[in-house]
Amino acid sequence: MAEHAVTMKTAITVEDVRKEFVLRHTRSLKEALMWVIRGRRGDISRKFDALKDISLHVEEGETVALLGLNGSGKSTLLKLISGVLQPDGGSVRTRGRVAGLIEVGAGFHHDLSGRDNVYLNGAILGMSEQQIDEMFDSIVEFSEIGEFIDTEVKFYSSGMYLRLAFSIAVHTDPEVFLIDEILAVGDEPFQRKCIAKIKELSAAGKTLFVVSHDLDLVSTICERGVLLEHGRIVMDGEVHAVVRELRRRSQEEAR
Amino acid sequence: MTVPSTMDPEAGLTFPGRSGGLKDVYRNRFLLKLLVRKEIRVRYRGSALGILWSYMKPGLQFLVFYVALGLFLNVQGSTPNYPIYLFAGIVLVNFFTEALGNATRSIVGNRDLIRKIYLPRELFPVASVWVSAAHFLPQVLILVVVCLFFGWLPTVWSVLALVAAFAMVSVLAVGLGLFFGAVNVYFRDSENLVDLLIMMVTWASPVLYLWSQVEHVLGPAFNVYQVNPMTVGVEVFHWAFWRSTLNRGQLASPAAAEVPDLFTLWLPLAAVVTLLTLALGQWVFARLSVKFAQEL
Repeated sequence: MAEHAVTMKTAITVEDVRKEFVLRHTRSLKEALMWVIRGRRGDISRKFDALKDISLHVEEGETVALLGLNGSGKSTLLKLISGVLQPDGGSVRTRGRVAGLIEVGAGFHHDLSGRDNVYLNGAILGMSEQQIDEMFDSIVEFSEIGEFIDTEVKFYSSGMYLRLAFSIAVHTDPEVFLIDEILAVGDEPFQRKCIAKIKELSAAGKTLFVVSHDLDLVSTICERGVLLEHGRIVMDGEVHAVVRELRRRSQEEAR
Repeated sequence: MTVPSTMDPEAGLTFPGRSGGLKDVYRNRFLLKLLVRKEIRVRYRGSALGILWSYMKPGLQFLVFYVALGLFLNVQGSTPNYPIYLFAGIVLVNFFTEALGNATRSIVGNRDLIRKIYLPRELFPVASVWVSAAHFLPQVLILVVVCLFFGWLPTVWSVLALVAAFAMVSVLAVGLGLFFGAVNVYFRDSENLVDLLIMMVTWASPVLYLWSQVEHVLGPAFNVYQVNPMTVGVEVFHWAFWRSTLNRGQLASPAAAEVPDLFTLWLPLAAVVTLLTLALGQWVFARLSVKFAQEL
């Protein structure tokens, strides 16, 4: 794609982003100092690029699937957009609140009740007290937790746990919605409900940014596909074409 | 002419995960409240004595020091109302050490969250200090009751002085907690270093002995001793609680002498040192927190 100008409709803009990771071989100050003194500075850490020259522009209301094999840098890019990671070069900017289904349940605490966790997790995902108050009943209803909402979540089944976590996440109502490999969880009916909810969000004009290995599913949800390989964007276009390309490449690799 | 912001396509675009420092903590005070509440509820889950454990440490410390120093070494012979003197200092020092210790471990302790979701990371050390404050207040209440029993009459000034000292120690704990908490992500030596500091705090301030004994030994170097904000905080607590429980005869004894220039020089100076510590802590934290998610 050619030079892309930022417009009022830009939801996500990623410009010339580079992300490198450092593998540290020691956590001890003593060892680090000893290695520096002995001229083994290079042993302290090793660097590699997880993302290189990534430029990507997403408009409001677009539904983008981020595709690629394991280790291609999909999750890293998602973490850069969510703000968990910071780029080592270039810039990432977003418009409006960014949240979503990344690491569902990461903010849960096992010793707290479902109710307390709704508030805690909702606040972690950027909701205000008033928003959570308003959404609370809807969150509980969607999760199908019912009377167990006042039970500590450590007694929940893994399905209940995920349903509540997912329910909170879809009720955060951000402008940009990030989804990381969540669609594979829960039982069949709940999964269908989740997908319906996600489609509802996209119909409401939310920007969706999805990472998934379920290629058939993402082709039904997303219109645009972006293919990553070894930390670079190798294709950006209509989702079915990109999925075909990914399948072709992975077959080639398998051969 | 500048483009009106509503027409500027760049306006409204933000850099995700760029921290605004402690300002972000204030903006997220609802989340802070929930984190503090969670911490208080979860800390003593599954223990029979529950929150009582937070009284055990200062209570036992008080007992040990009182028996060993007050009775065996007979400090109480020279220091009137020594138990009050002792407890006033222990309560404040314990608040500080608990806050600093927990704040230092707070970033590594919340690694699961920090690695996955962005939220202002300053929240964790600040929440640790709040939790310690929640444990500190009931202890102060006990102190107040005991002091009232010994004829303490609080004045506006003494209450103001206490609040100022408490605020100063809290800010000091936040500043140092930010610093050591951030460094701890890179080098776990940080928490061991803090454990050593914590061990020294009780002895580096006039908690068990009198300031005048330090001046007697140190001479002009006493000024260095006084630069420590914890020392000044403890001295203010003594001034406000212990000194006002003494009768006229006891006040005349050399043990009850006031620290010269406590409010005109040392408290303002300690406040400056504290604010510099906070500024340093925040600066270091801001620089290191950029890579927390990948280093944890």
